Parts: sequence; structure tokens; C-alpha cells
Amino acid sequence: MNAGSTRPRERPWRRLAGSQNRTLWFWAFVGPFALGLIVFTYVPLGWSVYLSFFDAHNTVSPTDFVGFDNYTSMLKNDAFTDSLWTFVVFTAFIVPTTYVLSLSLALMVNRMRRAQAFFRSVFFLPAACSYVVAALIWKMSIFNGVRFGLANTVLGWFGADQTAWLSTTDPPWYWLVIVTVRLWLQAGFYMILFLAGLQRISPTLYEAAAVDGARPGWQVLRHITLPQLRATSVAVVLLLVINAFQAFDEFYNLLSDSRGYPPYARPPLVYLYYTALGQGQNLGLGSAGAVLLALIVAVVTIGQARWFGLGRKED
Amino acid sequence: MYDAWVRVGRALRLTLLIALALLFLIPFYLLLRNGLASEQDITSPDWTFFPSTLHWSNIKELFEDSTVPMARSLLNSALIAVLTTAGTLLLASLAGYGLARIPYRYANHVFYAILGTMMVPAAVTFVPSFVLVSSLGWVSTLRGLIVPTLFSAFACFIFRQYFLGFPRELEDAARVDGLGYWRTYWLIVVPNSRPVFAAVGTIVFIGAWNSFLWPLVIGQDRDAWTVQVALASFTTSQVIRLHELFIAAAVSIVPLLVVFLFFQRWIVAGVERSGIDD
Repeated sequence: MNAGSTRPRERPWRRLAGSQNRTLWFWAFVGPFALGLIVFTYVPLGWSVYLSFFDAHNTVSPTDFVGFDNYTSMLKNDAFTDSLWTFVVFTAFIVPTTYVLSLSLALMVNRMRRAQAFFRSVFFLPAACSYVVAALIWKMSIFNGVRFGLANTVLGWFGADQTAWLSTTDPPWYWLVIVTVRLWLQAGFYMILFLAGLQRISPTLYEAAAVDGARPGWQVLRHITLPQLRATSVAVVLLLVINAFQAFDEFYNLLSDSRGYPPYARPPLVYLYYTALGQGQNLGLGSAGAVLLALIVAVVTIGQARWFGLGRKED
Repeated sequence: MYDAWVRVGRALRLTLLIALALLFLIPFYLLLRNGLASEQDITSPDWTFFPSTLHWSNIKELFEDSTVPMARSLLNSALIAVLTTAGTLLLASLAGYGLARIPYRYANHVFYAILGTMMVPAAVTFVPSFVLVSSLGWVSTLRGLIVPTLFSAFACFIFRQYFLGFPRELEDAARVDGLGYWRTYWLIVVPNSRPVFAAVGTIVFIGAWNSFLWPLVIGQDRDAWTVQVALASFTTSQVIRLHELFIAAAVSIVPLLVVFLFFQRWIVAGVERSGIDD
């Protein structure tokens, strides 16, 4: 990555615009954005670190300093650690399924000569749908627990009993609902990324492989296509994990009802939402949770980047 | 023999793709089917794929139902999406251009300070951001819903990368003609960069229209609900009129489908750029 273009080059207009002037222009262009970022990202972050050391119920200017108490009670809190576990389970389901489905779609669509644009549009279309709308279709129509739900209707043709998909915890059928919503919504997005990657692979590589006698199909996929897609794959997995960590919309809309949110399948953000903004408005505890989650995201992202050797330039 | 296998493979692939395409379209069909059906047609134990009659009056009923602020929430969503898109494009493109093209000793430090915020996902900062916005008194206002979301490090990053590759010759010619940074930017750079503006703009627009957590936290009064918050409040409420819920959801995705159909080329271009792998 070429960061910044500060290499001095001789230009006719250089002599007219002094460096003082350029500094002013730099801030005229970058200043408004940088200022906004400071006010709406850095200040809240700093404030939340500050709040996390106080007992802050319903107040943003607390006086009751409690040290690391919020952190220790957060880490000892089963609901918080359960929410991290929910994230792990969710990631274990959603990352491989999305990866395989979007890569398969890309491989198949890429081989189509006619109607390629049509199939690409159809698989990408769900990306225009919000999680709220998708969750609504899944909850009220496809996986509705009563007989008119599509899944139960279809299973009924084979004589199966009705299943209350979202409230059955043993076996945890709700995972099927949660995972398929996101799979439907995001597979097309990642398919586009893979298609872009596939189109960058030089055709000469395939010709060389054919000359060397590699059979089209599995061998070519294994030895040419997948290695060439490595950079795209790394980006896809990183994005999938980060997005899974931020999951909120579909969990909230699928599982909560007028009685509130059930005690299972609470990912970190749902837990944080109810802790910080629910009945107690415990902003100190909520802030401690937010800081912990931000740290986890940073560690996971850096760890993954290291693991994949991102930033290494030899390939 | 080999040719025959290739043909069989091709037919299998086509069949599989068509089957998957139908599967991917079913949810959209269900939305429309239930939105235009009567309540009995939705909840009947003898569920049929096609409803017995289509009730276009459901749309009228939805907008006349005073318990549901549908028109208001659509208006809020439209205002938020348009203003967020315009504001993000303006702020992020200016910053991206400054970072890419105006020599400044600390430009790289500023760039990394901006990039660093991408490591902290916005969703994790919603608690402190809520604290800030509420102490400004911006809860349930359009300001509170829009302003904090305008500073997208992602958009700034894409603009900077794009402007690094912008042909210098065009700018140099403008310089020779005596244009400063400001006029070069508006008269030469922006008109020649429409594709990247379209790509970032459509992605920001879709994101703003579909965003849920921030409007849920900030839009607490009914008057400040976006269409997503309004839909969520029906979905999680006690009494649900299903046909109204489905037609509301169908109406809510119409603007996006229009944007999607007209701008798909740009969205694809934008998504490809977002797979940061260069």
C-alpha cells in the first residue's frame, strides 16, 4: 500500500503555492471530516472508557468512582460470557456456510456464458433487503411456528409434526432460522467479491495447466483457482467474522417480542443493548462491556491478519 | 465421450443455478404474496402458494391506519438516506482528495488516525455515541439520526485510494491554467470521478435506508421512527395484522429495489472496491 504521496516532484505551480498555503488547504479539505470523526468517534470512545470506571446509572456525568468493578462484574457475569459464546457458535455456523455458498455461486456464475448478468442480479438482490425485512419474512412466513409457516407446510406434506422453530431450544432449531437469514442476505455480496477475484486470474494460467495435463474440475480448482483467490478469501473471512460480531438486527427482530428477549441466543450487541439502554440504563456497566468488545474486535482482527500474513508482500 | 460429459456438466450446472435462483427469490415472492393476501389467506391451515384473490386495497389500508406511522416513517427514512448520502459523499471525498493529493508533513499520521477507526466497528461504539448524542439533546431528532453517521472512514478510504490513481496530467493542466486546489477539485476532479461517487453513494444510501440499531437507539419518539424501526415495532408487538405487516415491508423495499435496478453496475463496482485487497 502506497501511503500518501509526499514524494517531492518538480511542478511549475509549486513555486506559486508555498508550503504554508498547502497546509491550510490540506486542513480545508480534511478538517471537516477529521473534526467530525474526533467528535463522533474519538470523544465517545474516550468518554466511554471514562464512564466504565464509574457507577453510572441513568447519568452521563457520574461521581461515584468504582475502579475496575464494572469490568470484573462484566467478566464474571454469565450473561456476558454467554453472549461471547453465542458469537463463537454463530461464527462457526455462518462463516463456513457463507464462504462455501458464495464461492460456489461465483464459480458457477462465472462459467455461464449467457445469462451471467441475470444470475448475478438474482443472487445479489437480497443484499438490497434490510435485516429487519428479512427477519420478518423468516419469522412470520417461512419459519412461522404454526401450520401456515412455509417450512411447516412443506414438512407437513411428508407427515412431519409442526416445529416451533424460534422457541425450541432442544434441539436448538433457532440457529437454523438465524443462520439462513444471514446466509440469504449476504451470500450474493461475497459472491460479487469472489467474481471480481476470479476475473483477475490470468487465462494463461489455465492454459498452462491444460498443457500440463491438469483435468478441468477439481484439480484446476485446487491448484490454480483457490491459490489465486487467496487475497480475496482472506478479505472475505475477515469481513464475515467482523460482521458476525456486529450481528444485532436479525437476532433482535427474530427473537424479541412483546415480552422481551428470550434468555438464549443473545449475541454481544443484543446483550449490550439491553444492559446499557434497557430498564436499568447502566451506562457504566454498558461502557465497560463496549470497551471489552472493542478490545476483542481489535485483537481478533489483528490476530486474523497476522494468521493470514496480511501485509506481507511476497505473494 | 469427453464432449458428452462436458455437456452433462453444463446442464447440471444450469439446473442447479436455476433451482438456487428460485430459492433465493422465494422470500421476495412471500413478501408480495402475503402483502396482497387477505388475513385468512395468510393464516389458513390449508396454505396455498397462490392466494385466492389479490387485495390491492391492503396498500390503501396501510396508509390509512392511524396506529401505524407508515407515511411519516417512510419520509424520515427518505430524508435520512438522502442527506446521509449527500453529506458522506461531500465530507469523505474532500478528505480523501486532501489526503491523496495535498502534500502535508503529517498527512500519513492523519490517514492512519482515520483508518484506525475502521478497526472499531461503529456498532461497538453505539453506547458511548448514544451518551454523547443524548447529552447534546439530539435524541429523537433528525440531527441525531444523521450527523453522527456522516463520518465514514470506509468512504474516505475508498476516495483516497481512487484519487491516488487519478491522472495527474489533468490536474497539472488545471494548475497551469491558474486554478487552485479548490477549483481544480470542483471543476476537474469531481466531474471526472462520477463512477466512484456513484459507487460509494449507492452503498451509503442502501446502508442508511437499511440501518437499524442507531435509529432504534436514537429514534425513540414515534415521530422520529424510520421505516425499519416502524417495521420492527410491528414485528415484536403483541397484536399483529399480518397482511398489513407484509405490505408495509414490501413498500419499504420498493425504493431500494429501484435504486438497485438502476445503479447495480455502480454497486457492484463499489463492492469490488470494498474488498480491500490491494
